[in-house]
Amino acid sequence: MMEKENIEIKKISEVLWEIPKSKGMKVPCRVFASEKLLEKMKQDRTLVQGKNVAYLPGIYKYSMVMPDGHEGYGFPIGGVAALDYENGGISPGGIGYDINCGVRLLRSNLKREEVQPKINEIIDNLFKFCPAGLGSSNIRVDTNKIDQILKNGAKWAVENGYGNKEDLEHSEENGCMKEAEPKYVSDGAKKRGQKQIATLGSGNHFLEVQYVDEIYDKEAAKSFGIEKKGQVMFMIHCGSRGLGHQVCSDYLREMEKTYPEVVAKLPDRELIYAPSGSELCKKYFGAMAAAANFAWCNRHVLGHQTRLAVNAVFKDAKIETIYDVAHNIAKVEEHIIDGKLTKVFLHRKGATRAFGPGREEIPKDYRKVGQPIILPGSMGTASYLLVGTNDSMELTFGSTAHGAGRVMSRHEAISRFRGENIVKDLEKRGIHVKGASMQGIAEEASEAYKDIDEVVEVSHKAGIGKKVCRLVPLGVIKG
Amino acid sequence: MKQYIFLPHTADTKFQAYGKTLEESFTNAALALTDVITDPKKIKANIKKIIKVESEDEKALLYDFLEQFLILIDTESFLLNKINKMEIKKTKTKLYLTAEIIGDNKIKDYDIKTTIKAVTYQEMEIKKDKDKYMVQVVLDL
Repeated sequence: MMEKENIEIKKISEVLWEIPKSKGMKVPCRVFASEKLLEKMKQDRTLVQGKNVAYLPGIYKYSMVMPDGHEGYGFPIGGVAALDYENGGISPGGIGYDINCGVRLLRSNLKREEVQPKINEIIDNLFKFCPAGLGSSNIRVDTNKIDQILKNGAKWAVENGYGNKEDLEHSEENGCMKEAEPKYVSDGAKKRGQKQIATLGSGNHFLEVQYVDEIYDKEAAKSFGIEKKGQVMFMIHCGSRGLGHQVCSDYLREMEKTYPEVVAKLPDRELIYAPSGSELCKKYFGAMAAAANFAWCNRHVLGHQTRLAVNAVFKDAKIETIYDVAHNIAKVEEHIIDGKLTKVFLHRKGATRAFGPGREEIPKDYRKVGQPIILPGSMGTASYLLVGTNDSMELTFGSTAHGAGRVMSRHEAISRFRGENIVKDLEKRGIHVKGASMQGIAEEASEAYKDIDEVVEVSHKAGIGKKVCRLVPLGVIKG
Repeated sequence: MKQYIFLPHTADTKFQAYGKTLEESFTNAALALTDVITDPKKIKANIKKIIKVESEDEKALLYDFLEQFLILIDTESFLLNKINKMEIKKTKTKLYLTAEIIGDNKIKDYDIKTTIKAVTYQEMEIKKDKDKYMVQVVLDL
């Protein structure tokens, strides 16, 4: 049954709202949204889910909903929560089924004018090098190698001839979470991942050829290697595939079975968590980090494949990684909370880390300006590159949105749009699309998503992620 | 009686499956899940498998049962055509499901619409109304 609670919500500013603490909630819930975005959140269970997150133990300050928030499972998509490292816990629902779903952005020295006439050839090549949908990987690994990937993430890829050291330096966690424990990943999960290394998968996953359409912050853009409008970029959006989905599911079920008394007290079964210090907490975090490493290896190898595909058309093109962000993940982080340095399990579910200048987690060459934040738009619309701020450290534990966020069901999108027509329309606008299925294209119609420009404006105005540049697609591969 | 229907859901896919028995409603749920990926009626009946699941309650059983099909797709490229026999046994603390499933593993022969990330508990319902069972499931795509 659809829960349509009447939720009391107070306006704090043009872009910030608060649901006051009520029965069961340990802290209030804060929602970063314009009036327009808030209205959309009221149409589904986003706000109810935001409230529910506030029930979790050891939660600090607020349960937060980012501007692109929409209904998820357990947590809303766009949910951020910091739970105490010692007296809180870790909740698979606060990370999501697609562990380390994320985005990688690569820059090139190519110009829009030279790429546009060859876009069909480039997209066809990319489609060959980067399998989409149920297409399986060109890279086969045995179980023993899978463990190496789970332990070493993108580092495994560099050691095995895919990509380079600079790619690693320009990735969140350098493409590898050291807390990873492959032994806590089930054989079933490993088996699901075996044929899926360097594949895009489906759903909202894609690989896009884009160009810089607008630069808002010249200094930050320059630090990220973006000099001029028209510069061509490549954006890869995908995650940990079946392996990550299975890790989430395995532990969600195990936590439910281990803590039935906890489930009984929670407003939603999928909010189940493993309490800090428990064996399950240790195991899940180790397995989650391993799945995250699998995803980083995936995007890293896809970045390498992108280079090969483009170099087959432009022999001398130089393609370098700007950054790679995770937007479905939990991390052990230290934040200043009420004046005290505090260790937390920071959950970001459909939210991107947005660390401000100076943090040592940021690559050296970006540390002065802040961490790059990559916000993919919906198919055929703009994407954005943002930069983290000191305010975001204060307001959102260094987090912001992760993209456009859906407003229309896939079901409705399929009944309203035809994949073939979308492809034709985009073609007229100079955007070449190739997908694993026409239905997949219809499901991802841009009308099914929130306005990315609006989401970015809220992030910018709230000061939790500042605009650096706007990217517009030339070609898309849909998973 | 319809086997299943799809309902609107913002991010994902929601369906209701029906049956005269709990077993029949679970069977139809598996067909609905397959229908998100490809038309189960078009899948050739080439392979027969037995799957067994045990869980602590009905919802958990539905979750664990449906998840088997996602695992079979990723690991064996298996797509479901039909379920011949299914039996759900209940004890005081557990439920046991055994099913004989029929389908094909030549995934490349079929038109794949999309893939599914996971089964979820979101808005999951299992209801009995007189002689009719209804199960509702949201899938994460």
